[in-house]
Amino acid sequence: MYSEKVMDHFEHPRNVGEIENPSGVGTVGNAKCGDIMRIYLDIDENQIIQDVKFKTFGCGAAVATSSMATEMVKGKSIQEAMQVTNKAVMEALDGLPPVKVHCSLLAEEAIHAALWDYAQKHDIKIEGLSKPKSDIHEGEEEEEEEY
Amino acid sequence: MGKFLYLDNAATTKTAPEVVEAMLPYFTERFGNPSSVYSFSAGNKEVISQQRDIIAGTLGAKSNEIYFTAGGSESDNWALKATAEAYGQKGNHIITTKIEHHAILHTAEYLEKRGFEVTYLDVDEDGKVKLDELKAAIRPTTILISVMFANNEIGTIQPVKEIGEIAHEHGILFHTDAVQAYGQLPINVDECHIDMLSASGHKFNGPKGIGFLYIRTGVKIRSFVHGGAQERKRRAGTENVPGIVGIGTAAKRAAETMAERTAKEREIRDYLIDRVLNEIPYCRLNGHRTDRLPNNANFSFRFVEGESLLIKLDMKGICGSSGSACTSGSLDPSHVLLAIGLPHEIAHGSLRLTLNEEITKEDIDYVVDNLKEIVTYLREMSPLYEDFVKKNQK
Repeated sequence: MYSEKVMDHFEHPRNVGEIENPSGVGTVGNAKCGDIMRIYLDIDENQIIQDVKFKTFGCGAAVATSSMATEMVKGKSIQEAMQVTNKAVMEALDGLPPVKVHCSLLAEEAIHAALWDYAQKHDIKIEGLSKPKSDIHEGEEEEEEEY
Repeated sequence: MGKFLYLDNAATTKTAPEVVEAMLPYFTERFGNPSSVYSFSAGNKEVISQQRDIIAGTLGAKSNEIYFTAGGSESDNWALKATAEAYGQKGNHIITTKIEHHAILHTAEYLEKRGFEVTYLDVDEDGKVKLDELKAAIRPTTILISVMFANNEIGTIQPVKEIGEIAHEHGILFHTDAVQAYGQLPINVDECHIDMLSASGHKFNGPKGIGFLYIRTGVKIRSFVHGGAQERKRRAGTENVPGIVGIGTAAKRAAETMAERTAKEREIRDYLIDRVLNEIPYCRLNGHRTDRLPNNANFSFRFVEGESLLIKLDMKGICGSSGSACTSGSLDPSHVLLAIGLPHEIAHGSLRLTLNEEITKEDIDYVVDNLKEIVTYLREMSPLYEDFVKKNQK
């Protein structure tokens, strides 16, 4: 079902984890649809992404796109990171099954959300970046009582 | 490495070697059309009738009440659509449940588009139909109650006898989808007042592409597949003789081995359930603890997504299934898990393991040991788990 590259990134995901005191952090998706991605960015004074980490709750494609997306933005400038689209991530993974395309959208959104957070904290404007629309808290109220 | 454990026997089972052996001559030697006149084919009509006798015997039914079909989905479609057609003058209301297989649910939805009214009963947290709600749902126009014998995902066994009694008292036909239960649980159609029952060969070590519908004498449903006069003019098409021999042989085998086989499976299943619940935190068993299919275990692991879990298990040679959206091709997790009240997030993290009689305690140890590692690994990667841990630290 998945390409070798997807399986490789699923089996050996790059950049999993957290960053203490990140420059920016973004979380997108929601538990209701089954995919949540969180991306942490460490951005230096020259606006270069020095480090990036991710955490993902989701299917194989969601994990692989998170992993690939973090590889693609690491060491890049903010402007370059803005060019990492879902299409680029998908192509880098040699494609995804049609039903999984929405997972690659989340990866792009997660990077944008983390950059947005960085921009807010530093009171700067990043060209082409708007407020992330995904809300992970949607549908969360019912989850608390179960256990 | 090299380990292979097939724990998805609710999806399908291995065709038993003796079943294959019984079928083989009917492909290459005794291939004659049972409807033909010459003596070469004569034995094939007889062998079909023998299989019908075997299956009828396992259900306490009469031989002429067993109709061979192409499988469970056809049987379900036939039962619902033909009942709607035959009894539509009497009423237009059908009662079923929210946890049926899609072969029932989508057929019911199809009938709704054609003017029928369908009540989809809720189930309790274990997945059981509430009998008082069933009684309350009955209308003067109710013509059919269709409730599965046991659920394919969570394994819960329904109070079929009580449901049958309620249907019988009200003069309403009772159909049960027994695709998962047949061969695993003793079923008597008279004791349970079952009017129609669907089953499928490949779920009990028979071949794929063959099933049957039991139709009680007196139930007036008509043919669903039109054509020749096969199956007492109720199901046209040249008989699938190898398939029928296969399902009959498998039915005989399942009935003869049921007591011993299911006792063993229950023991192994309970060992699996106990180990998982005791050793993996933030996990729950879905379905009824004891009133469940002997070979079914279904868990939800919080903060973990089902498809990732399945791929990781597959890498260890373990075949399971999940009710997560990602495995269903839609964005919604299993309708069964939602119906028992699980929030979406927890429904996405479900894992169904269904055993067969060859699975040992040592196999389960291998599964649980790997499962523990995989769940821990996936939680480490899960932002939901991170949030949960941080919240609890506060």
